[in-house]
Amino acid sequence: MSKVKELPGEAQVEAVRQPSIGHSVRAYTERVRSGDMGALPAVLGLIVLCTAFAIARPSFLTAINFANLFTQGAAITVIAMGLVFVLLLGEIDLSAGFTSGVCAAVLAVLVTNMGMPWYVGVLAAILTGTVIGSVLGTLVAKVGIPSFVVTLAAFLAFQGLVLVLVHEGTNISINDPVIKAIAQKNLPPALGWALYAGCVAIYALVQIVRARKRAARGLVADPLSLIAARVGSLAVIGGAAVYALNLERSFNPAFASLKGVPIVVPIIVALLVLWTFVLRRTGFGRHLYAVGGNAEAARRAGIGVDRIKVSAFMICSSMAAVGGIIAASRASSVDPNTGGSSVLLYAVGAAVIGGTSLFGGKGRVLDAVLGGAVIAVIDNGMALMQYGASVKYLVTGFVLLLAAGVDAIARKRASAAGLR
Amino acid sequence: MTPLLEVRGVDKSFGPVQVLHDVNFQAHAGEVTALVGDNGAGKSTLVKCIGGIHPIDSGDMLFDGAPVHVHGPRDAGELGIEIVYQDLALCDNLDIVQNMFLGRERRSGLVLDEATMEELAEQTLSGLSVRTVKSIRQQVSSLSGGQRQTVAIAKAVLWNSKVVILDEPTAALGVAQTAQVLELVRRLADTGLAVVLISHNMNDVFAVSDRIAALYLGRMAAQVKTADVTHAQVVELITAGRSGDLGLKNGVTP
Ligand SMILES: Nc1ncnc2c1ncn2[C@@H]1O[C@H](COP(=O)(O)OP(=O)(O)OP(=O)(O)O)[C@@H](O)[C@H]1O
Ligand SMILES: [Mg+2]
Repeated sequence: MSKVKELPGEAQVEAVRQPSIGHSVRAYTERVRSGDMGALPAVLGLIVLCTAFAIARPSFLTAINFANLFTQGAAITVIAMGLVFVLLLGEIDLSAGFTSGVCAAVLAVLVTNMGMPWYVGVLAAILTGTVIGSVLGTLVAKVGIPSFVVTLAAFLAFQGLVLVLVHEGTNISINDPVIKAIAQKNLPPALGWALYAGCVAIYALVQIVRARKRAARGLVADPLSLIAARVGSLAVIGGAAVYALNLERSFNPAFASLKGVPIVVPIIVALLVLWTFVLRRTGFGRHLYAVGGNAEAARRAGIGVDRIKVSAFMICSSMAAVGGIIAASRASSVDPNTGGSSVLLYAVGAAVIGGTSLFGGKGRVLDAVLGGAVIAVIDNGMALMQYGASVKYLVTGFVLLLAAGVDAIARKRASAAGLR
Repeated sequence: MTPLLEVRGVDKSFGPVQVLHDVNFQAHAGEVTALVGDNGAGKSTLVKCIGGIHPIDSGDMLFDGAPVHVHGPRDAGELGIEIVYQDLALCDNLDIVQNMFLGRERRSGLVLDEATMEELAEQTLSGLSVRTVKSIRQQVSSLSGGQRQTVAIAKAVLWNSKVVILDEPTAALGVAQTAQVLELVRRLADTGLAVVLISHNMNDVFAVSDRIAALYLGRMAAQVKTADVTHAQVVELITAGRSGDLGLKNGVTP
């Protein structure tokens, strides 16, 4: 990179304008103190949980279990990503779990029963989700029924719909190799490393280019040290994960080798990048936050509040469909319970644990991934500890309540500090 | 001189309740027009009708002498009418720049042009001699009442607006901040804007306004030059709808 020599005078002005990394750290601690903890609880929770499980059950730290975490948590995480959009508006979608079930059933019927190619099934499943979302969103935004009621009704109805699609309780197995590969197969180790390197490089490039552009226009830009810290931590964490996932996991490698990054991982990363871009860099995303923060202000600013609401529900249900496809792939089948039992609460829990507020206006797609990781670790660790379903449900319920409590207290604290 | 903004014979009802009765109102460029009236007189409603938030039942609106139809906030914005609402209507979870450009974001292609928006916002704020905010990337939730008021006003003048309407901008402010905002109001008018100021404080009204329009129970009691009336007369107009020769003639049954 060729750095143009700056005049001493200008450089001095820049030095005053451009904050140091210390600035960023101070601003962050200030935010946390005022109640905006962001991802902190989820990250701390992950560290504590992983340490505890690793001590209690050394098998938690094995390569095979690490890979399992990703495939176990993938469907929940993807559904939670969609839920973030609805939660940002201060709404809820209680039917997201069974929406994923309905869409998975559509996939299974088309691909297994009717012999359609896998991409037709996938497309139809996602489209089903989009249609479901548009209906839910219209009922909430245009008719004005509270989302809690609309989606509770849909929760029941979709449960019935899944039964209809799988013919009252029989299950449909998925045999299509492409669909099974999504949650069951891995990338070749070299490809895993290549994707990793590409991601880190692009991330670094985007950050540096943005900072330089801003600095060139005399705007406050992230200091290079902060960018280096961000890129560095992504490189270290990502590198460690890819390394661990590329270890041999097969008990009998000579017979069948099992290693590489599960295919769901790049899928989740791609969705994370896509939706983060939409939320943070596009007008639609900005308007979504505005509607969640103050719908009346958004309306007076000329934003089509109804349109935003309907779109959020459409995104949520479409993502639920993707989650359903992943769940079907992992189980190699679709049955009446696909997307049922704890799926929805886990997904809502993931978003909230990650730091998305139930009161609307605050949240990121990354929250769903972090929260999804916490949920996956709890689920997986408890199973290793050989606790039954009872304890698992109790603990997860408690964790969800804890996260919602943190959210509510943070909000109270912000208003007590005069920040509302 | 043709008024820059004029409404004629505006009626507005919410369900069975008629809030505005045959209201005429004018605002001239380069002047501060104070809109006064008791609580519930219909000041905010009139302003929301002008801003396209509420549709009017009947009546006409003229901009620079030409009839116009405002069907929503965007139409009003395109005409150059900006309103600072009584409740400010800011999004707490967005920062100052994001709030100022809300609904009218600058884009380059698909993505938001944050740098340009930040520059323009900064220029506007320093043009208003606002130096109290730490960073324009601060969330609005962390601002004081006066700072929020300033952001709301800055948001209104960002758009080369021609008419700026402020609904009780000083109601929640302390002495020093009130003085600042009033000074700002006067400066806006001096730059050639038509400014409409809603206020309950007679001292403020007499300090900055050129004309006074008094609403009484949803009817326009009188619109007079500030220099031609006394405090007492305006108070009478507000409370009784008439004062000597001024005001509603035939007595209004509330
Ligand atoms: N959206 C609405 N629906 C029904 N009635 C309304 C609505 N908005 C205002 N009103 C009624 O219209 C009347 C005028 O209200 P408005 O807010 O315009 O008064 P105002 O002059 O601004 O009073 P204040 O000085 O208290 O702000 C009140 O009686 C109020 O109850
Ligand atoms: Mg009012």
